[in-house]
Amino acid sequence: MKALLIDFGSTYTKVALANLDPPGLIGTAQAPTTTSTDLLDGLRAALATFSPGELDGITVKRACSSAAGGLRIVAIGLVPVLTAKAAREAALGAGARVLATYAHTLTHQELAEIEDLQPDLLLLAGGTDGGEQRTVLDNAALLAESGLSIPVVYAGNKVAAEQVEQLLRGRVPRVIVAGNVMPEVNVLQTEPARQAIRELYLQEITRARGLDRIQQEVGLAMPTPLAVLRGGELLQRTRQQDLVLVDIGGATTDVHSFSDGKPRSAGVILKGLPEPFIKRTVEGDLGMRLSAPALLYSVGADRLQALLPFQPMTDEIRSYVDRISQAKDALPGSDRESQIERALAIACLREALIRHAGRLEEAFTPSGRMWIQQGKDLTGAGLLVGIGGALVHAGDPGAILQEALAAGDCLALTPQHPELYLDRHYLMAAAGLLADHQPQAAEALLRETLAPIGRCKA
Amino acid sequence: MPHTTIILGVIGADVHAVGNKILELTFNDAGFKVVNLGVMVSQEEFINAAVESAASAILVSSLYGHGELDCRGLREQCRESGIGEILLYVGGNLVVGKRTFSEVEQLFRELGFDRVYPPGVMPEVAINDLKKDLGL
Repeated sequence: MKALLIDFGSTYTKVALANLDPPGLIGTAQAPTTTSTDLLDGLRAALATFSPGELDGITVKRACSSAAGGLRIVAIGLVPVLTAKAAREAALGAGARVLATYAHTLTHQELAEIEDLQPDLLLLAGGTDGGEQRTVLDNAALLAESGLSIPVVYAGNKVAAEQVEQLLRGRVPRVIVAGNVMPEVNVLQTEPARQAIRELYLQEITRARGLDRIQQEVGLAMPTPLAVLRGGELLQRTRQQDLVLVDIGGATTDVHSFSDGKPRSAGVILKGLPEPFIKRTVEGDLGMRLSAPALLYSVGADRLQALLPFQPMTDEIRSYVDRISQAKDALPGSDRESQIERALAIACLREALIRHAGRLEEAFTPSGRMWIQQGKDLTGAGLLVGIGGALVHAGDPGAILQEALAAGDCLALTPQHPELYLDRHYLMAAAGLLADHQPQAAEALLRETLAPIGRCKA
Repeated sequence: MPHTTIILGVIGADVHAVGNKILELTFNDAGFKVVNLGVMVSQEEFINAAVESAASAILVSSLYGHGELDCRGLREQCRESGIGEILLYVGGNLVVGKRTFSEVEQLFRELGFDRVYPPGVMPEVAINDLKKDLGL
């Protein structure tokens, strides 16, 4: 009995073939993703690398996709740092790309923006249960009148749910009512919304995007980031250690943390909306190819220079960055360029981790100095897994991760001494696809792919 | 008394926590839905919580003597945030130095608070006032 696991990536279609009994990896393959013709063409090309006999006995087929822009969501809430943020967290946790987040009552300008963005679905939230309803009702009415033909997941004040549904029924293709993303002030509950988004994805969005054949033929189950999240969840559960995954790509860098992130010492007060146990962030300006110019801009040439073992010439970094941003498969052509590539990877990882992790702020009180924490304290995370070509093809991925974690920002609550691993066969998503129904096979894939690459020094 | 929500918190850089807990318990027992933001609460936090929960009142505690500074501008922020008419109560050790309570009360009334309480007032007094002010 075998499982065929497919990841329709934006650039490559990756395939993993696994034995279910006994659980283990048979092999992997990849081919360029063929979005312009038929996704199945790319899949067939990847499968062609297996011998015919190897493909016998496949009982499980499951796929994830981030092709053609992935699952695209617009989140709408009431107060920016409360329900709008909660809705955004729920959407990210569902493996989506959050195109925009809006707060308060939508303006006509914002409705026009939403129309231009053409999201796959709208996540509408606002008000605690039993709290504010005016805004959420106004927004539902505005959406109903707008002529936008986009399905809606409603995850706001439960008291307004029935009326919201009535307002939207018949005016938008589908309305699903889910539990409130923030049922009480400062209580985050993203799970019901995540599930509703998943349901809508499988029932409506795949068909609307022409992916229903993929769904039927190869079991398209979820967006790729959700598969990665599932893989991470399994790893955290298996190892019983707080975990951070960092996936450094050409266009974005994703960070996923699995940890309650509560303050680890006395004298620290947690403020703001608590962040979810499973938190995902996507940095659209941090990447190694398409986003390399944005990375250079965000991090700054000075900080990159500090990571190089030589003094770069004027514009040397800039020209390398411009060159590699034009071609997904660009490679360093000299030792110097390899060093610049390495510096870019370190800067990218460091910045993404700092942005994802929580932060400390000093507060001076008559009782002495206290600390205020916003976000998650990840300093105690036991495991850090690096994912992505920049690490897999580097000569020293462990050193890159260590440098990214070291000497950062002492107020940023990034992991301090995790064990470091590399997803050397790109199997995180494949493991995630198997995690629910074939957890032992999923665990076998994780064991197979996770190469230990050191530990951060104390 | 269905769903009358109040926001509780200790404002500013103040970490006195025990009285705040007592207030939470007594107001809860009195039938209010209590959103307790705890200690070191900023004006912004009070208001965000009040907006999302459609609260009827914000009850600000201040015990370390710097309440005037922390409370200044709260009523205006409420107005800016669309909850300009919300009931604002304040209580505790509101000022440092010697001033009569009637001076303190006048000061805080001018800042936009509907009721001002000196130290040593039992929670039940505020509960009764709140019920009266809300017509409950």
